[in-house]
Amino acid sequence: MATASLTAPHVAAFEAFQRVIDGGEAEWLGSLRRKAILRFQEVGFPTRKHEDWKHTDVGPIARSPFRVDPGSDAPRIAGDLIEGFTFGVLKCSQLVFVNGRFAPRLSYLRWLPDGVQVRSLGEVRRARPRSLEPHLASIATWDANPFTALNTAFFEDGAFIHLPKGAVVEEPIHLLFVSAAQDPPVAAHPRNLILLEEASQATLIESYVGLDRGPYLTNAVTEVHVGPGASLDHYKMQREADAGFHVADMAVHQDRGSVVSATSIALGGNLARNDVRVTFQGEGGDLTLNGLYALGGQQQVDNHTFIDHATPNCTSRELYKGILDGRSRGIFYGKILVRQDAQKTSSKQTNKNLLLSNEAFVDSTPGLEILADDVRCNHGSTIGQLDENAVFYLRSRGIDEEAARSLLTYAFASELINQVKVASMRIRLDQLILSRLPSAEILPEAA
Amino acid sequence: MLRVKGLHVSVGGKEILKGIDLEIKAGEVHAIMGPNGSGKTTLAQALAGRPGYDVTKGKVTYEGKDLLALKPEDRARVGVFLAFQYPVEIPGVGNAYFLKTALNAIRKQRGEPELDAIEFIQVVNEKMKLLGLDETFMKRGLNEGFSGGEKKRNEIFQMAVLEPRLCVLDETDSGLDIDALRIVAHGVNSMRNDKRAMLVVTHYSRLLGYIVPDFVHVLAGGRIVKSGGKELAEELERTGYAGLEEAAAVAATGAR
Repeated sequence: MATASLTAPHVAAFEAFQRVIDGGEAEWLGSLRRKAILRFQEVGFPTRKHEDWKHTDVGPIARSPFRVDPGSDAPRIAGDLIEGFTFGVLKCSQLVFVNGRFAPRLSYLRWLPDGVQVRSLGEVRRARPRSLEPHLASIATWDANPFTALNTAFFEDGAFIHLPKGAVVEEPIHLLFVSAAQDPPVAAHPRNLILLEEASQATLIESYVGLDRGPYLTNAVTEVHVGPGASLDHYKMQREADAGFHVADMAVHQDRGSVVSATSIALGGNLARNDVRVTFQGEGGDLTLNGLYALGGQQQVDNHTFIDHATPNCTSRELYKGILDGRSRGIFYGKILVRQDAQKTSSKQTNKNLLLSNEAFVDSTPGLEILADDVRCNHGSTIGQLDENAVFYLRSRGIDEEAARSLLTYAFASELINQVKVASMRIRLDQLILSRLPSAEILPEAA
Repeated sequence: MLRVKGLHVSVGGKEILKGIDLEIKAGEVHAIMGPNGSGKTTLAQALAGRPGYDVTKGKVTYEGKDLLALKPEDRARVGVFLAFQYPVEIPGVGNAYFLKTALNAIRKQRGEPELDAIEFIQVVNEKMKLLGLDETFMKRGLNEGFSGGEKKRNEIFQMAVLEPRLCVLDETDSGLDIDALRIVAHGVNSMRNDKRAMLVVTHYSRLLGYIVPDFVHVLAGGRIVKSGGKELAEELERTGYAGLEEAAAVAATGAR
């Protein structure tokens, strides 16, 4: 039974939310929201007794009365405040959301092929809700994750991206979710729906950033359908503020012959929980799932990934790497399920962690459940410190100790950074990792 | 150039070197030979300043300065170079980037201007030819996936680029086939001059057929038990180390 004192404010907020939103919304959506809040009321915030949450105490989120402000517009912020988070005006389309609400003034679209839609989900929700009905909440199911249920009850805006058959969007599409502190603190529940039809192709970046210290809550859900033979390159860049809370759930369905590469970067926030779940729904799908978390101070990041090999002949490669300094905590929990029919599955899962401090903590739980008999799967995880042989080797060539350690730490991250195909993002990521390292001035050419 | 006096070194609380005396002048090549476990590698690592190799007694003077007071990186900067027996693989750090960073750290110490990318390429191109390395080599990760022979060639290549005053070669011949050995030896020999000294540590006399030493010292049981000219290496090739280990044991008893 859920702790009513913690769920009650959200249930009350939902009643207020409905009074504002309900009139203008399709009935199926209102009904979906009500079911979701009931589910949340029933299960409540997860506690550490839940297997999926045993290393992450979400009490600080549950106890904070984050406000939702239904029907309001995005707070106005100056464009130069977000410059450090963008990837170049001439190189990508960009939708900006402030505290979860679309900010048209900061957004722009580059040329897009016929029929491609890149727009505010809030607008679609109001103007043409029927186009959402077949997809919304069908991929990101909400019964098992209370935060996803909360998002389903409260979401108002986010991105809606639809690529028709064969459409190729060459330039990246950047979704930038900005949190600006408000008093009392606010919760944003952004919702993204990404639909790639057959043989279409896109590159998508989701950024979550904080402008002020916080606190605030971002509780994002991204649903992705990748049609037959379609291809998606997805990046998530989490740079929340020091006192920001970040919870995100990305759910992906991959149809036959589709190719997905998803990279999750976690650098910010006080407490972040990141779920990625991918289901193969057709044969011949290919998935690369990468993650990099670099933490310090008292930060905590919990990555949960689930790959469901439900169909034969699919391939998945997963590599998550963590760099932990200070008293930070990193959690990796990965599960790969190879169902009985999923013969000829090839799956590899790796989690590697580098501890830079004696007080940092890592819990790594890779996992494979194989029900088919003709598969090639392996998984492994490592937790270690910098290789002192390597440190000495570099020092013996005249590189000072601090620089040697920074260089080796950077090298640990570079395996993932080098896989980022969007050049402007790769360079930014290089800078962000280097800026955390001492003696970084000798390193800018390391890339 | 290098004066080692009564050097005692312990590793993990165990005394490995039990009083080494050695003097090397500029222009000389000294070989240290000895059986496995005699302390050859310990001597090489201690000279380079490896953490965990504790000098419990003795002195090492390099060009009049106390070498033991310097950090490993500072020893490299004043011209001490160790060619590792087991060079470390460091994926994610490019060979070229690594070597340029090292070279500029050392040039800075010498009071020479740092090299930019183009000047650096000019410096290394010639040395790459010397060691028979092709262009792709510089683009690879540092020793990443290198064969044993490639790693050893890379050590000598680094030595050629960094131009140290004192070269310590730790079992550079181990794991090399005869062709690779010739290339490595040619690289080393091309660096011999009257301002540079070398200390060649090896188990076998094979390498010394290519890099001909001026002096040979035999290390056994943590002490130098015999010193002589290059003919000592040939003698050891014939007689082996067995007799010398006994001599070391006797010496140890006598010392007590």
